[in-house]
Amino acid sequence: MKKAIDILAEFLRGVGQAQYFLAATLAATPRALAKPHLIAQQIYSVGVLSMVITVISGMFIGMVLGLQGYRTLVGFGAEESLGVFVALVVVRELGPVVTALLFAGRAGSALTAEIGLMRATDQLSAMEMMAVDPMQRVVAPRFFAGFVAMPLLAAIFCVMAIGIAGGYAIGVELLGVDAGSYWSQIRAQVEMDDIWNGVVKSLVFGAVVSWIAVFQGYHAAPNSEGVSRATRNTVVMSSLAILALDFVLTAFMFKID
Amino acid sequence: MAPTSTDNALVRVRGLHFGFGRRVIFDGMDLDLRRGQVTALMGPSGTGKTTLLRLIGGQYRPHRGSIAFDGQDVHRLSRAKLLELRKRMGIMFQNGALLTDLSVYENVAFPLREHTRLPESMIRDLVLLKLDAVGLRGARHLFPDQLSGGMARRVAMARAVALDPALVMYDEPLTGLDPISMGVAMRLIRTLNDALGLTSIIVSHDVPETLSISDYAYIVSNGKVVAAGTPEQVKSSGSEWAQQFLKGQPDGPVRFHYDNSDYGADLMRKALA
Repeated sequence: MKKAIDILAEFLRGVGQAQYFLAATLAATPRALAKPHLIAQQIYSVGVLSMVITVISGMFIGMVLGLQGYRTLVGFGAEESLGVFVALVVVRELGPVVTALLFAGRAGSALTAEIGLMRATDQLSAMEMMAVDPMQRVVAPRFFAGFVAMPLLAAIFCVMAIGIAGGYAIGVELLGVDAGSYWSQIRAQVEMDDIWNGVVKSLVFGAVVSWIAVFQGYHAAPNSEGVSRATRNTVVMSSLAILALDFVLTAFMFKID
Repeated sequence: MAPTSTDNALVRVRGLHFGFGRRVIFDGMDLDLRRGQVTALMGPSGTGKTTLLRLIGGQYRPHRGSIAFDGQDVHRLSRAKLLELRKRMGIMFQNGALLTDLSVYENVAFPLREHTRLPESMIRDLVLLKLDAVGLRGARHLFPDQLSGGMARRVAMARAVALDPALVMYDEPLTGLDPISMGVAMRLIRTLNDALGLTSIIVSHDVPETLSISDYAYIVSNGKVVAAGTPEQVKSSGSEWAQQFLKGQPDGPVRFHYDNSDYGADLMRKALA
């Protein structure tokens, strides 16, 4: 019993610390924005460098949805609706979620390891002693870059999965669904609301993954085991947070008209 | 052994108490860094020499006592004032602590870019000047991972004096250097101090080398100053602690072994178990 209370107390302490850290990060963001080259550099490293993995995953997910969707729909003679099926699943659900999971693994872990090693090698201390605030110089630009990059990556993922190589390539090119119906059904059935759902989700996921990543890195124990544990925590906690928040957000956005 | 003259001290430490958890690091320490001098702070590993530098820089807060820098109490300043104060301090960390994503040139330029609005041409002149002083003007395009330990520390030295601070703190500047680099580094510390009119503190346990370039030395043990004075005075100090440390003897007031249980009994316990 006492142990359970200790664990709970420790957990709540961590949550409180993380909230305080988020407030400090947000407070440092305006001044970080005054140095756009730092933000651009970070968007490159968390966003542009995550593009290859996003594009490839988007293609494969789209292709699988094409095959599976066709198989189900053709039984009802409804294979013309393949486009809507792929588009709704990807825009509302898989686009933001899978991109966020990939983002946590590719960019989140890298952020944590980088900041953790800066802590372990005294680089953060050195900055403080040079009167440079690491929150402003290191943490805020990385957090902001993750927040901006994640929705863009999700958008790229959706385009790859629905259009270029995914559902379209399998459905239209391979299985012979009419290209006109594929696109016109998407245009008729996918509404702005669906797209907003996806955008909101990817913004939330981007913020949460970046928050966890910079927090874990900044508070990593300054040794190799500490950095390894922090990196693992980032991936595990981000993944769980993404899936849980996905449910919560979906529930809030759920409506039948 | 309190310092005798405090009139011209840039940094004044009085009655300093500090510790981590239950471990006491400083137990009422007094210390002065006089303007224009090179002061050495020596003592066995784990006596909190690095911690003192961080206390002076305001990264840690003393439990009791005060640290004044140029008359200002470091730990009573607002964060903005503290950052302002830190621009007047340069520190060279033990492992250099260079920013690994920046080149040697950019590392030295970093404080200038952050805190001044100098034109690029002037930054270039200043950076090359500092790098030339440490003999690494030719290495300016290298990255920290391409440098040897000694070179990294020389870059850190150039960076520490980039803003022409009033105080430069060297954390183990000589440890692990080959004899040539060591000689160069020592002369550099002395020359920089005298040419730029700095005040320097060297934290070290390389006794003869450090003493040879210092004006004043403190020997610290168990959270207190056990000997202080000019290098000659320290060498002839009557303190047992100081003598053990200076001569490198295993036995004396400082115990070499971490815990004191009987070795024979320890071995026997294992044999019986």
